[in-house]
Amino acid sequence: MRRWLAVYAAAFFAFLHLPVITLAAFSFNRSRFTVWEGFSLDWYRAIARDPELMEGTWNSIAIALAASAISTAVGTGCAYGLWKRSSRVLTGSLYLSLVTPEIVMGISLLALFQWSFRWLHWQLGMHTVVLAHVAFSTAYVVIVVAARLRTVSPALEEAAMDLGATEWQAFRHVTLPALVPGIVAAALLALTVSFDDYVITSMVAGVDSQTLPMVIYAMARRGASPVINAISALITVFFGILILLSERVREP
Amino acid sequence: MTLRRWFLLPAWVWAAGLFAAPLAIVLAYSLLTRGVYGGLAAPWTMENYRRLFDPLYGFILLRSLAMAAASTVLSLVLAFPAALFISRSGRRRNLYLQLVILPFWTSFLVRTYAWLFLLRDTGLVNTLLARLHLIREPLPLLYNDGAVLLGLVYGYLPFMVLPIYATLERLDPALVEAAADLGARPWATLWRVVVPLAAPGIRAGSVLVFIPCLGAYLTPDLLGGGRTVMVGNLVQNQFTTARDWPFGAAVSVVLMAIVTALVLLFLRREGDHLV
Repeated sequence: MRRWLAVYAAAFFAFLHLPVITLAAFSFNRSRFTVWEGFSLDWYRAIARDPELMEGTWNSIAIALAASAISTAVGTGCAYGLWKRSSRVLTGSLYLSLVTPEIVMGISLLALFQWSFRWLHWQLGMHTVVLAHVAFSTAYVVIVVAARLRTVSPALEEAAMDLGATEWQAFRHVTLPALVPGIVAAALLALTVSFDDYVITSMVAGVDSQTLPMVIYAMARRGASPVINAISALITVFFGILILLSERVREP
Repeated sequence: MTLRRWFLLPAWVWAAGLFAAPLAIVLAYSLLTRGVYGGLAAPWTMENYRRLFDPLYGFILLRSLAMAAASTVLSLVLAFPAALFISRSGRRRNLYLQLVILPFWTSFLVRTYAWLFLLRDTGLVNTLLARLHLIREPLPLLYNDGAVLLGLVYGYLPFMVLPIYATLERLDPALVEAAADLGARPWATLWRVVVPLAAPGIRAGSVLVFIPCLGAYLTPDLLGGGRTVMVGNLVQNQFTTARDWPFGAAVSVVLMAIVTALVLLFLRREGDHLV
């Protein structure tokens, strides 16, 4: 049984990773079709020449940076507050936001924004996308930071306060330094989920806020193209760099 | 105010403004009538929920439940031996775990597109089969239920492996040895000792796979090509092309109710330990 299990595991890992590896490999193919005709970087050059892809990339970067900054702040505060004393309502909301189907979250945020337009003079655009990304990424931040907080002893803050520190000073100088790796990992996770989202974004984006996944999706629906392979390979490498960074902060 | 209140304030704003309020609005919309130009109109009604029993829409809901169930079972069958292998691989365990977690850090859209690339008529699979003279015409691998099922399993498989691995890792090896000492063959040990003890992980993994599959939108849209309509596509369609927001809202409420019920059922059994 042992040997069969090992053979199976090899097939399993191949199934999990070969599709993306093959996809990336064919981004270097000269031919437009799935027949190898030699090495070429043409499809990468095509990315730079495509104004929609470039605009989508910049929009995605701007949105991911803004949304992950906000959700990291909100989520870290939330995890710390819940660590001091739990709240069933808040914890329940976090749970539910994680399991809410993306399409439901997308249309409900769209409904909220449309409803707010009656009073507020704004339209769908970058800001609504950022708010929507904060809506779904905050729970991820809370989970990562809360996991880190479980390794911190509450006795440390109590000791600091016995020695005359205020609540804020105890947080700032005792707990926060211990949390930094967790906060950085949470921010990187928020960055990736924000950068990757298509379903929710497509519901709340305006004409000026097409993100990279939206551009890729539109291209993919028109049919496969080696340009998508190339941009996919770049995204995978970009996410790979983020995971390496995240590993590095976790084990200093 | 104490420091804790200040720290929780933004989170409460998030919970009220970006989580509860949108869902409350959808709930309200689901009880309204569709206006002439696709807006919302006055009479409050249950009509939108009644329409879910219309065979056309009821079928989509049942079909989504069936697809999610099939994806869950298939993921379980594929994930269990892999989790077993990882839990028994000693020092290399962490490396294998990283390989399972890696897809979480790869774009979901890219991973779904990879199958579009592999399965299309001029894709790698059809090209290879044609080169080997096994087929003359390309096989219609894409835009059917099978492709969607494959995409769903591929997308959420790690969610099944990790919880099963977590229970197998805590499993006392002495129990397996005891079964062997008492004369159980490896298969009997697996079925009657290991699998029952891994049940909590199997339950957790099943919930984690079933829920996103039920509400899936991207996979059926991209790999099903509009032919495999699931409930997520129905919702999207009502809010965009069909412009029937009240009905789309009613479908969303039902979907949300199913998901919430599943999570509550699961938590009641397993106890909560998220935060």
